[in-house]
Amino acid sequence: MTLTNIRNQSKVRNFSIIAHIDHGKSTLADRILEKTKALTSREMKEQFLDAMDLERERGITIKLNAVQLKYDRGGGDEYLFHLIDTPGHVDFTYEVSRSLAACEGAILVVDAAQGIEAQTLANVYLALDNDLEIIPVINKIDLPSADPERVKQEITDVIGIDGDEAILASAKSGIGIDEILDQIVEKIPAPEGNPDEPLKALIFDSLYDPYRGVIAYICVKEGSVKVGDKIKMMATGKEFEVNEVGVFNPKPVQQDQLTVGDVGYLTASIKNVGDSRVGDTITLANNPAPEPLPGYRRLNPMVFCGLYPVDADKYNDLREALERLELNDSSLQYEAETSQALGFGFRCGFLGLLHMEIIQERIEREFGIDLITTAPSVIYKVVKTDGEEVDIDNPSFMPDNQSVQEVQEPYVRATIMVPNDFVGPVMEICQKKRGEFQDMQYLDDNRVNVVYEIPLSEIVYDFFDQLKSQTKGYASFDYEMVGYKVSDLVKMDILLNGDTIDALSFIVHRDFAFERGKQIADKLKTLIPRQQFEVPIQAAIGNKIVARTNIKAMRKNVLSKCYGGDISRKRKLLEKQKEGKKRMKMVGSVEVPQEAFMAVLKMDDD
Amino acid sequence: MVSSVYIHIPFCEKICHYCDFTKFFYEEKMADDYLIALENEIKTNIQESKKKMKTIFVGGGTPTALNNRQLTKLVKMIDFYFDVASVEEYSFEANPGDLTEDKIRILKDHGVNRISMGVQVFDDEMLEQLGRLHRVKDVYQNVNDLIKVGIDNISIDLMYSLPNQTIEHFEKTLDEALQFDLPHYSAYSLQIEPKTIFYQRYKKGTLTKPPEEIEADMYELLRREMRNKGIKQYEISNFAKPGFESKHNLTYWNNDYYYGFGAGSHGYLPGERIINIRPFPTYVEAANETGKPVLHVEKIGKKEQIEEEMFLGLRKSEGVSIPKFEEKYQVNIEEVYGNELAQLEEKGWINRNTTFIKLTEEGKPFGNEVFQSFLLDRDIY
Repeated sequence: MTLTNIRNQSKVRNFSIIAHIDHGKSTLADRILEKTKALTSREMKEQFLDAMDLERERGITIKLNAVQLKYDRGGGDEYLFHLIDTPGHVDFTYEVSRSLAACEGAILVVDAAQGIEAQTLANVYLALDNDLEIIPVINKIDLPSADPERVKQEITDVIGIDGDEAILASAKSGIGIDEILDQIVEKIPAPEGNPDEPLKALIFDSLYDPYRGVIAYICVKEGSVKVGDKIKMMATGKEFEVNEVGVFNPKPVQQDQLTVGDVGYLTASIKNVGDSRVGDTITLANNPAPEPLPGYRRLNPMVFCGLYPVDADKYNDLREALERLELNDSSLQYEAETSQALGFGFRCGFLGLLHMEIIQERIEREFGIDLITTAPSVIYKVVKTDGEEVDIDNPSFMPDNQSVQEVQEPYVRATIMVPNDFVGPVMEICQKKRGEFQDMQYLDDNRVNVVYEIPLSEIVYDFFDQLKSQTKGYASFDYEMVGYKVSDLVKMDILLNGDTIDALSFIVHRDFAFERGKQIADKLKTLIPRQQFEVPIQAAIGNKIVARTNIKAMRKNVLSKCYGGDISRKRKLLEKQKEGKKRMKMVGSVEVPQEAFMAVLKMDDD
Repeated sequence: MVSSVYIHIPFCEKICHYCDFTKFFYEEKMADDYLIALENEIKTNIQESKKKMKTIFVGGGTPTALNNRQLTKLVKMIDFYFDVASVEEYSFEANPGDLTEDKIRILKDHGVNRISMGVQVFDDEMLEQLGRLHRVKDVYQNVNDLIKVGIDNISIDLMYSLPNQTIEHFEKTLDEALQFDLPHYSAYSLQIEPKTIFYQRYKKGTLTKPPEEIEADMYELLRREMRNKGIKQYEISNFAKPGFESKHNLTYWNNDYYYGFGAGSHGYLPGERIINIRPFPTYVEAANETGKPVLHVEKIGKKEQIEEEMFLGLRKSEGVSIPKFEEKYQVNIEEVYGNELAQLEEKGWINRNTTFIKLTEEGKPFGNEVFQSFLLDRDIY
C-alpha cells in the first residue's frame, strides 16, 4: 500500500522541526520516523535526515529533506505526515524560510538546560512570518541540569507563545514522543488549497543527480502535477516536461501524481539547479496560475574569496569542480580571475562563511584539489572622484586612495543572546568591530539579547571566534543584512621581499590600519617558514609603510639526531617536509604556505 | 649478502629525558627473560653457528646495564651464532657509570673491539637536567679502564642544542671531549620527540630549545673544531681519524643490508625493511613462539632503494658514487635526477663531477632540504 492512498486532504499534516544545533532535532526526527514506522530498525541509520558526510561531521544539516510518514492513531484514524527538514545555519536563512513556507506547523525544540538561542529565535520568527502553528517542545528534560520551568518562562517572554503548553520530552529516551505526534494532528491545520485550481508547487530545495538531472523538492499548494505534464518555472520562465513525481518514505517512491498538500519530488530533465530555484513556483505551461506563490528571492552572495589551485596544473580540475558544485548549488557564484601571486584561479561568492568553508572543503575532499584560499571579502561600493561607481569584491582591485571619493560597505544587524555575565565582553567585541549599539533586552533574570549594527566585513573577520572564546561558547548569534553605509576605509598592501602580494591585500578602517598592519606582518612571520635568505614583510597603505618585520634566513635543517638503523623514520620525516613544501606556493622568490593567505582572519588580538 | 648485525638491549638504570628509543627500567628477571627471547630470535633467523659477519653493533637502551652474568651470557650467545674472530668491527654501546672494569674485561675477552660511550656533555649540572645518571668523572674513569684493558677504539657521543646550553657551554664540552684525543666522535642535536619527558615540558612551555641560529652556530663550531684537530667529518653527525670511521654505521649510509634483533630494532634485508615489536611482553612472547617478533615489514622497491641510496649516501662526506649507483640500479642518474641535481647545484648545496655527488660544506647544514629533493613523485621499474 502506498501512503498516498490516504487521500483525504484533511488528514495531511506538513511540518518542520526548529532547533538550535545540539538541541536534539535529529534525534527527535529519528524518534518520529521510528514511531511512524517509516524505517525498519535495520534501515535505521542514526540521524537519518543528515545524509551528507560533511553534515554528519559538522553536526549540521545543509540540504533539506522531506519524508512522508503514516501515523495511525488507532481505529483506522490514519494521518499522512510530511516532515520537512531545515538547515540550521544563518547562511541558509532563505532556504529555511522556503522550507517553512511548505509547512503549516513547526515543532520548536528547546534544550531544557540551555534555553532559547539566537538562531532558534530567528527561525521561530521566520515560522511566525509564514503563519505557522508552533508546537513548543522542551527537550532533554532528563538531564540533571534541566530547568524546564525557566525555559517555559523564556518561551512565554521571548517568543510570545504560552510556554506552559510546551511538551516536556527527551527524544533520546523516547519521552513525550506520543504527545508530540498527537499535537501534530490536533494543532497543525491541514493544508488548504484546491486540487482543481491551476498548479502551484513551491520548490523548497533542489539537488542535482547525475542520472536524472535536477530533483526538485516540492510542496503542492494548489492543483496537481503528474508525469507528462508540461511545467513552467514562474521566476525563470523555463519550461520542462515532467518525467517522474514521487515522495520519500524516506526512500524515493514514484507516484502517479502529486496533489494539494503533497510534499515530494519532481524530475523533468532539468540540467541545472539554476533552472529550479529554491522559492520558485512550478505551474503548468498550458494552464498557468495567474501569479506565483509569494516570497521568492534571487539569492545574492555576501562573502567573496579567491580560490586557487596550489598546483597550477589543476586549474581546469578546479573549474570542473566548481561547475559540478554549481549544478547543485545555485547560490554559489564564480568567475575566473588572475592573481600575480597565485596565478589563475576563481573569485567565488558565497552566502556566508559556513557556505564558503563547506565549498572549499568539498573541493579539497571530493575532488582532491589542494586549494589556496584568499581572505574573505565583502562587496564594497566605491564612488570615484570622477563620479564613477564601482563594486569591488576583491581588495586588490580597490582603486588608489587618491581616486576614491567615498567607500560604502555592507552592514548587518547582529543579534547576540548571552548570559548576563558576558554582556560586557560582548559589547567590547562589538565596539572593537566598529559596531553601533541598537538595543538590549533582558530575556529573563540571566539572559540578555544585545543588538548591534556591525560592518559585515568585521563579521567575516574572526567575529565568531572571538565571540565564542570571550563568552566561553555561551553566546548565540544571528544576523541579517541592513544595507550600505559610508566608511573611512583604506586598502592595505602586504609586501614580501619587496614585492606587493596582491592576494594578501585587504581593506581596513583607517582607525585600525596601523594596528592591523602590524598584526598581520607579525602573523605572517609565524606562518611563513624560514627561507634560504632573509625575507622582509611590510604592510603599506599606498606608498607608506606602516609595519615591518623580517623572517630570518634558514640556518640549519638537517637531521642530526641519532636514529641508528631506523631509516623508515628518516624517510617519513623527509616525506613530511616535502609534503609541506608541495602545499606551498612560490610567490616571487618566497615559498608561502596556504594558511598565510588566510592570515588576516586568524589573528589573536590580545 | 647481509654482513652486519644490530642487537638491541633495551634496559636502562634510568630513562633519559630526551630518549624515545625502545627502553625499559632494568630488572634482573626481565633481562633474563629478554635474553632467552633474543636468542630464539637470532637462532630462528641465522639458522647456523659461527656465521660470518663484517660488523656487529650492540646498542640500546644500555647494553652495559646487564649484570656481569647476563653480559657474559649475551657475548657468549653472540660468539656462538657469529664468527666473532673474523668480525672487522664489534661495537658495544656503554653508559659511563655502568661500565665497570669487570664488564670491560668480559667484553674484551669475547672479541668486542670498539666501545661507543654516551657522554653527551661535560657538565654535571646539564647531565642532571638531561636525566642522565653518570657524572663527568665517570667518563675519565671509563676511558682509563678501557685503555688499561686494551680497548682503545673508543667513540664518544655528544649532544648539542640542549635546553639552557650556550655556545660557550658547548665549546667547553667539545674542548674537554677533544682532550681525550679519541679516534671517533659523534655529535647529535637534540630532537624533542613525543613520549619523552622533554616533550611534555616543551608542550607545557617549561622547556625551550636554543633558537635555530644557536643550533647552526654550534654545528659550525663542532665542524671547525674537529677540522682543526685533524678529525675528519665523514658523515653529518660523525667524525673520525682516518681509518677509524665506524664500519657498522657506514652500513646504514651505504644502504647495505643488516639484521636487526631485539625489541624495537630495525633490519634491512633484500626488498624489505623490518621493524620489530617494541613492548617488552609482546616482543618476548612473539620471539619465543615464532622467533619472528616482527611488527611491520615495509616493502622496498626499486624506487625506494634509489631514493634511500641518495638520501643516505649524501649524508656521507664522500657522497654518492655515480658509477656504483648506475651499475647497481641500471639507470642513468641524469635521467632520474637531472632537474633536482641542477637546482641543488645552483643553490650551492651539492658538488658533482663525473664520479661523485656530494654535499658542499655550505650544503651540510641544509641536508634535509637536499635529501627531500630525491624523493620521487613517480615510480621507477
